[in-house]
Amino acid sequence: MKYLCLIYENEKNWESLPPAESEAIMNEYFAFTEEIRKNGKYVAGEALQPTATATTVRVRNGKVSTTDGPFAETKEQLGGFYMIEAKDLNDAIQVAAKIPSARMGSIEVRPIIDFSQEAAKREQAAGATA
Amino acid sequence: MPLDSIEQTYRSESRRVLATLIRLLGDFDLAEEALQDAFAAAVERWPTEGVPANPRAWLISTGRYKAIDGLRRRARFDGSLVSIAERLGDGITPAHEVNDETVEDDQLRLIFTCCHPALPPDAQIALTLREICGLTTEEIARAFLAPAPTVAQRIVRAKAKIKAAKIPYQVPARADLPERLAAVLHVIYLVFNEGYSASSGTSLTRHDLSAEAIRLGRLLVELLQEPEAMGLLALMLLHESRREARTTADGELVLLDGQDRSAWNREQIAEGVELVERAMRSRQIGPYTLQAAIAAVHAEAPSPEATDWAEIVGLYDVLLRADPSPVIELNRAAAVAMRDGPEAGLAIIDEILARGELADYNLAHSARAELYRRLGRTVEAIGAYRRALELTQQEPQRRFIQRRVRELA
Repeated sequence: MKYLCLIYENEKNWESLPPAESEAIMNEYFAFTEEIRKNGKYVAGEALQPTATATTVRVRNGKVSTTDGPFAETKEQLGGFYMIEAKDLNDAIQVAAKIPSARMGSIEVRPIIDFSQEAAKREQAAGATA
Repeated sequence: MPLDSIEQTYRSESRRVLATLIRLLGDFDLAEEALQDAFAAAVERWPTEGVPANPRAWLISTGRYKAIDGLRRRARFDGSLVSIAERLGDGITPAHEVNDETVEDDQLRLIFTCCHPALPPDAQIALTLREICGLTTEEIARAFLAPAPTVAQRIVRAKAKIKAAKIPYQVPARADLPERLAAVLHVIYLVFNEGYSASSGTSLTRHDLSAEAIRLGRLLVELLQEPEAMGLLALMLLHESRREARTTADGELVLLDGQDRSAWNREQIAEGVELVERAMRSRQIGPYTLQAAIAAVHAEAPSPEATDWAEIVGLYDVLLRADPSPVIELNRAAAVAMRDGPEAGLAIIDEILARGELADYNLAHSARAELYRRLGRTVEAIGAYRRALELTQQEPQRRFIQRRVRELA
């Protein structure tokens, strides 16, 4: 079963960290990624540029509107993610707890919808009613 | 075979059978349906065929068979069920291998799943009462003064999350046990307190909640033998032992020092004290055990004056180190007042209030009022009672405070 681990933390913390400390955390991230690659739990993972680089796009009445942001109004912002393969939620929680930012910010763990199963169900349902 | 003995089997076995069916079928709703089908089959067959040698195993295997059969029939219309029906049909422990030990494990699995921290707290409580205690949605709603559809929705959502997020049906690993057990104990204690100290609703339903919490606590002690589970059970029993004495016949509140101690339930006290001692011997002493130890000192004292207040203050000191909280500081202050006099207690309460903590906590103000009253400082006492009254919603407590103010004025 796949879970997305969304990493939320205060991005300002990163700016204020002394280089030696941020390097230490980056090394922890490398070690963590290596570990979950080795034990087969890694599916994908990326770090995001800060929210200052973000753009919000909406389409209303067929018209595209583009705005700056979202801005860091909340205390924690989405800073990156891992997609993992885990046996169940307890397993996923154990992996998420090892993400270095779990100590500073928080990790939102979301199960991924398996569309192949959903699609099969829908097809069958459609077949049954046809 | 009379039907009421099937009903008796339902009361004693249905929750255990359900816990095992959830594991075998991997789905709460499917298991509940299977449980009903199994008992329907029992009503049909036991009167003519006789009661099976092992009713529990019979119910489990019948329920499982009915569920798989039902899935196979539905699979003709819904292809996604084929694999589920096949998976359930083979490679699974045959029901005759369902021994007492696996059934006990299943009950634990059910408790830890219902109290999984990934579920919202109110859903943990509703699910626990529904699945483990077998209360109906309406009963839970009545006990918590919530609309039945709200409770039903909480339960539906919780089950949906268990499925979608794949919350496993398992007892946590040793390393996670203390934290997960704390969550379970918390749910049980909330259920107990809802039945013990809530003021509204009929006293009968409220009492039932406390009884359910004690039953759950007993089950946990039987299954896990963890010291804190014993501590919680002891704490609940020791509180419960005073139920009769803490209200008058017309529902008025009686504080500990005014209670008729001959009305305390000695049997519950004896059981509670024995459990506290067992938990203390384990040397892994947690907050519930310490609170139970304090309750035990009260329970064993023949009168308020003859209470070992020094011992109680000492236990509060340990409790504060284990579980720092301003409410515990407040309780400790009341014990200090009994040991060293009201001024000493007042000084501590004023210090807590000065920190801004508990400023809106009615019991802090009523405790303060009580100490002023004992000192004969009527004006301050009435002022503090009035502040407490502003912050109190519980009817018996309000009446108690109003009575005190009238006595002083």
